[in-house]
Amino acid sequence: MMRGSSRSKSTQNLDRTVCMTNCPTLIVTVGLPARGKTYISKKLTRYLNWIGVPTREFNVGQYRRECVKIYKSFEFFRPDNEEGLKIRQQCASAALNDVRQYLADEGGQVAVFDATNTTRERRQTITAFAEQNGFKVFFVESVCEDPVVIAENIVQVKLGSPDYMNCNTEEAMEDFKKRIECYENSYETLDEVWDRHLSYIKIIDVGRRYLVNQVQDHIQSRIVYYLMNIHITPRSIYLCRHGESDLNVKGCIGGDSGLSPRGREFAKYLGKFIESQDISDLKVWTSQMKRTIQTAEAVSVPYEQWKALNEIDAGVCEEMMYEEIQQHYPLEFALRDQDKYRYRYPKGESYEDLVQRLEPVIMELERQENVLVICHQAVMRCLLAYFLDKTAEELPYLKCPLHTVLKLTPVAYGCKVESIFLNVDAVNTHRDRPEVGISTKTHRNVVAPVINIIRNISLTNDGAALVSHFLPVFFYTLFPDLGDACTLLFFANDLMQMM
Amino acid sequence: MYLTQLSCVVVPPSLLKCVYTNDEGLWIRASADCNQAGFRVEVEPQARRFTMHSHQALQVPVSPLQTSRRSSVPQLTNSPTLIVMVGLPARGKTYISKKLTRYLNWIGFPTKVFNLGQYRRDAVQTYKNFEFFRQDNKEAMQIRKACASNALKDICIYFSKENGQVAVFDATNTTRERRVSIVSFAKEKGYKVFFVESICDDPDIIAQNITEVKVSSPDYVNCDKEEALADFLKRIECYKQTYVPLDDEKDRNLSYIKIFDVGSRYLVNRVQDHIQSRIVYYLMNIHVTPRSIYLTRHGESELNLLGRIGGDSGLSPRGHKYAASLGSFLKGQNIKDLKVWTSHMKRTIQTAEHLGVPYEQWKALNEIDAGVCEELTYEEIQEKHPEEFALRDQDKYRYRYPKGESYEDLVHRLEPVIMELERQENVLVVCHQAVMRCLLAYLLDKTSDELPYLKCPLHTVLRLTPVAYGCKMENIFLNVEAVNTHRERPVNVDVTRDPAEALKTIPDHF
Repeated sequence: MMRGSSRSKSTQNLDRTVCMTNCPTLIVTVGLPARGKTYISKKLTRYLNWIGVPTREFNVGQYRRECVKIYKSFEFFRPDNEEGLKIRQQCASAALNDVRQYLADEGGQVAVFDATNTTRERRQTITAFAEQNGFKVFFVESVCEDPVVIAENIVQVKLGSPDYMNCNTEEAMEDFKKRIECYENSYETLDEVWDRHLSYIKIIDVGRRYLVNQVQDHIQSRIVYYLMNIHITPRSIYLCRHGESDLNVKGCIGGDSGLSPRGREFAKYLGKFIESQDISDLKVWTSQMKRTIQTAEAVSVPYEQWKALNEIDAGVCEEMMYEEIQQHYPLEFALRDQDKYRYRYPKGESYEDLVQRLEPVIMELERQENVLVICHQAVMRCLLAYFLDKTAEELPYLKCPLHTVLKLTPVAYGCKVESIFLNVDAVNTHRDRPEVGISTKTHRNVVAPVINIIRNISLTNDGAALVSHFLPVFFYTLFPDLGDACTLLFFANDLMQMM
Repeated sequence: MYLTQLSCVVVPPSLLKCVYTNDEGLWIRASADCNQAGFRVEVEPQARRFTMHSHQALQVPVSPLQTSRRSSVPQLTNSPTLIVMVGLPARGKTYISKKLTRYLNWIGFPTKVFNLGQYRRDAVQTYKNFEFFRQDNKEAMQIRKACASNALKDICIYFSKENGQVAVFDATNTTRERRVSIVSFAKEKGYKVFFVESICDDPDIIAQNITEVKVSSPDYVNCDKEEALADFLKRIECYKQTYVPLDDEKDRNLSYIKIFDVGSRYLVNRVQDHIQSRIVYYLMNIHVTPRSIYLTRHGESELNLLGRIGGDSGLSPRGHKYAASLGSFLKGQNIKDLKVWTSHMKRTIQTAEHLGVPYEQWKALNEIDAGVCEELTYEEIQEKHPEEFALRDQDKYRYRYPKGESYEDLVHRLEPVIMELERQENVLVVCHQAVMRCLLAYLLDKTSDELPYLKCPLHTVLRLTPVAYGCKMENIFLNVEAVNTHRERPVNVDVTRDPAEALKTIPDHF
């Protein structure tokens, strides 16, 4: 987030800005099998990418599976299995090669080398490799002796691994335990004295204790902070938007309006839904805008307000309809469609800014257990992108409809998503990515939300009168020069069919 | 609807009994149990006159209730936290205590240090020598124990009566016995405990600590340097015999951080909650390497000349001249490895351009967003938004411009900047008036009342150098004239005031 060098649209000479991190960083996991190394690697990678640090993980097990097509048994990992050792060394080298390519040639900034790396010798090789290439090294060691935790890990992620596709649960469990034993004898943990010049964090017993040594720079400091805030206690995160607001109904973006009647109904249903879920110790968070607060009021649980959860600031376009934006700021409108993630509204914000603003919320979400976050469309997209590991390109187009609760439950290496529509109709505020092009194509998509408004209104009201009210609006947007009544009728028919 | 007094009461709508208006104004009646976690609140059984912006009562149909004094970030803490320092003398405990307290107060957690040495100095008026600290000095032991009790009693009062949220108990606390008694005290009262232990055996660092802060302490006011040093080293010996550091096994259920060798290594055990996590993060980012922080505003801008606030204009000719002088000044200072930071606004970037060194842009350093008042002069604000103008004068720290920000919001926005400033060494920050006030308040430990009125004139560089327990500040005016943009708090802050009274303190402009 010190990425002040964001590619914004103002008059800045981007070449002059300097990155905080000069050399790329190589994160090296250390630990016996089933200690959560891959879990940590994937989570950390997801977090770093989300905050804008290009990161990739390199899982040596994956390289091994590609090399040795079929896994037979734990014997492969025996310390006296010379052939096995050779292959494993080759795989590690191949992975490091790819690391070098990613960091040096492909613009990567952090690489996570996910393997056991349990011997000092192996770690020395990696350190030498990093020094040669000008990478900083940071070790992340996971130490755990709790048999319950280890068994749970094995059940959650190992049994379903490609290695054990053709085994039953007991066989797999047995084999894996023997695999761990193969590593145990030669395991040299990071040592306070011997390794005092290395930079590392040792995570003990799934986060009960941490030993942090020689943090070199900003990114390592952020990594340490993140790792110290995550936990694996089962819990669920509920994300939803505020109920439909008056401005939603009008088709306007931004602003700070209250809930529409349907929005209020949704809030009631939300309260009932939450009660029915019987969630222990639920925390409820809202933004500081009326519509989320009014929604939370119906849930009758104390809620906390975060300014950081406020909707994206649309600057000069606040409270405008898309047609008005097209009319008053056609260039801006097109620029936004070209790069919706980085585009910053004049005097407003970009999705990229939003992500920076939301980072403390994510950090606190990681610390917490059961949480319901009542927020806004753009904000929810950012949060969702973090949990579901979506790229910056996908993020601004994630579907976050009104009156729908997303229940996210961490499972294995990812997140299970359940989408629960609470059966109260609302307008659709989603605008798809337009096809690449200009003028007419852009126009077509201006129409989309209006059509949906019509559709929704005509469902609940006497359609005809309202449709005739709305048609002229987008009619003028599309064809400002035409005034032919016949054309209008013809066009209206088309639209009816489209709806 | 006019205010008679400022109150920081924020009433959760669920506890709102009723809202009504009469000839006298807007009345809000709230129930007695407003004291919930996360709300800064007073118990108020009867109806009470509130200011327009001390509310969360959105059911209130009165529309001017826009400006909110809500904090940007929820407090996220329930029980008070007792931070307990552990370590031999001259290990940096007081340095850490003061710095941590300054940081926590700045980000909005009311925190106070309780230094046992101070209590001892108050009890035993004159310090003779190290013999006071000998293990077998029974009389002294009694006194020291009594001091500890008094300190804990004061902590109790701070939490229960003075709205404190964090107390830092700054003492050696080197025996298990002492720590056990503190833990039971805290448990009884419902406080969370977090230990911060500083371990260091590097004789150079210890000698330097003693020279920087011990030799000049009130204890050694009548001694010369060598005497003081010798005595203090003997004092340390007295503690060494009974020192029992926090133990991996025996203390595995306590929450603590152990800092080794001024931060080369940390051991963190059982972080319980949000504030402890923030404390750990902060402690892991501070260092004691000598360095200087240079704070300056952008050069005078076109809008400055016109007396307009906010906006994104470029530099005036004098502003450019300042930027050039700034470049020469920095070259003259011969600063090693200087990092330069600016905001995303034209005027700071143009200023940095003159320096001829790479610079980093932070959106977080952008000036406070004045919302509907952007690019207006103070006279225009008085004309168009007289009520808002007065409300701002009443509580400049918490007042949020409609569709804009408050100083309080700024502080939260700037927290990552402060964290990175702590990590860095020599840094020049080119920013804006409100932003610079916030940063300065953090570095100089100013309260939220003082913060919005700190003087940060244009074309002046502030050089801050950490020294002992605080910061030495040098004020360097680079001899290029500029308009004054500082507005003092006017005498009359009432909403009904005369425009002339509101405009009394505005600075001159073209």
